[in-house]
Amino acid sequence: MKILTCPINGSRPVSEFYYWGEIRPMPNPDTCSDDEWAAYVFNRNGAPGVKKEWWCHTASNIWFIAERDTEKDVVLRTYLFEGEI
Amino acid sequence: MPWRLLRFGVAKKHPEPRMFTYHEKLKPSYDVVIIGGGGHGLSSAYYLGKDHGITNVAVLEKGYIGGGNTGRNTTIIRSNYLTPEGVKFYDESVNLWQDLSQDFDLNLFYANRGHFTLAHTDSAMRTMRWRAEVNKHYGVDSEVVGPDFVKREAPMIDLSCGHAPILGALYHAPGSVARHDTVAWGYGRGADMRGAEIHQQTEVLGIDVQSGKVKGVLTSRGYISTNKVICAVAGYTPRILNMVDIKTPIYIHPLQAMVSEPIKAWLNPILVSGSLHIYISQSSRGELVMGASLDPYEVQSTRSTLDFVEGLSSHMLDMFPFLSNVKVMRQWAGMADMTPDFAPIMGKTPVEGFYLDSGWGTWGFKATPVCGKTMSYTVANDTNHPLITGFSLDRFRNYSLTGEKGAASVGH
Repeated sequence: MKILTCPINGSRPVSEFYYWGEIRPMPNPDTCSDDEWAAYVFNRNGAPGVKKEWWCHTASNIWFIAERDTEKDVVLRTYLFEGEI
Repeated sequence: MPWRLLRFGVAKKHPEPRMFTYHEKLKPSYDVVIIGGGGHGLSSAYYLGKDHGITNVAVLEKGYIGGGNTGRNTTIIRSNYLTPEGVKFYDESVNLWQDLSQDFDLNLFYANRGHFTLAHTDSAMRTMRWRAEVNKHYGVDSEVVGPDFVKREAPMIDLSCGHAPILGALYHAPGSVARHDTVAWGYGRGADMRGAEIHQQTEVLGIDVQSGKVKGVLTSRGYISTNKVICAVAGYTPRILNMVDIKTPIYIHPLQAMVSEPIKAWLNPILVSGSLHIYISQSSRGELVMGASLDPYEVQSTRSTLDFVEGLSSHMLDMFPFLSNVKVMRQWAGMADMTPDFAPIMGKTPVEGFYLDSGWGTWGFKATPVCGKTMSYTVANDTNHPLITGFSLDRFRNYSLTGEKGAASVGH
């Protein structure tokens, strides 16, 4: 069983968590072009690397950030969002 | 016979030819370079030679032939998709499959079994009726059937499925299975006989693009110049696309599968259940070949997990309780290159001479022949084949997606 560490609830089985993908900066919809907006909506960085991702501990609805190596599937650290990513 | 084997072993000249010619060196240039020696890449090489007379072709494979998703899928072939683009495309593929063993002079163990997509809810039944109507409109043999018909074709099934009784199914009589590694070998041998070179253990390290045009490929065994490159690398697609600076919606999740020990033949059709997240068929060797839905988060490796075996086995027992004493023999994972609309991304790209055959997620094996046909046409004529215009990369920028989610796979 894989384990993920929630910053509030500690180490829990990964099946208790929901994955919401890599954190991506949103362009300003009022000023960006249609192409930029479409790129934001659809395009993803599918190559492996250490990525900052949104995860949620579903049992307690805690949203937090995990830094994870997506090739080795190793979580380097998890922390709560505090206004800066 | 041991003596014959011994003589064969010590013979200087082997009397039986190998499947592929071994090439000591890469040539300095090729007309077309294909990255990826899986089914899709090799069938592209095959049809480039067979249909278009282009034989100065290199297929570059980082590992070994068919060692990627070609050898990791659950070998199901069908065409009962949801969108007109999908149905026409996969139907052409099913037609090509029928004659492939003859074409190759190699037994693919192509077995027509019939394919059921089981519905456990009213909304699933509605999707089945929708698919059946789209399929029939395009001449594909597909119909909605009741639980009695399912029970007749698969007598061992428990129709109550624990907590999710089967209300009906979409039945697709042409649904088949084939031995997947032989497909890669057959296409590889056919391409090889027509003059294409297959280079295994050859990794692509970079792609030389000058003023928007492909000029060459840098490999672990040296540089080769070429004006045309086909990228058919499934889960490695984003890494190759970074070399040519093309952005796509492709994201990688593992898809896992497993087989049981071989048992007496008892299951003829292929069964899929979206609600229970399973699909199952029995191979010609008697193993049960089983798969489930995608892993829930991004990973670019092929390790499999215990969670998967536990989850899949539990759902399998809901449907076939009598399997409780059957052992699981092997499990594995493949990297699925997923797209937001569950349709592939194929054809020309913003980089001239760079052709993409990607986004094959969990639905690529059945398309192997038609991908080779259409990609070879696209490369030879530098125009997208009419069957793949609905799968171009532009569709995301234009918000005109090809919504195949309801039919591409299970449990999404």
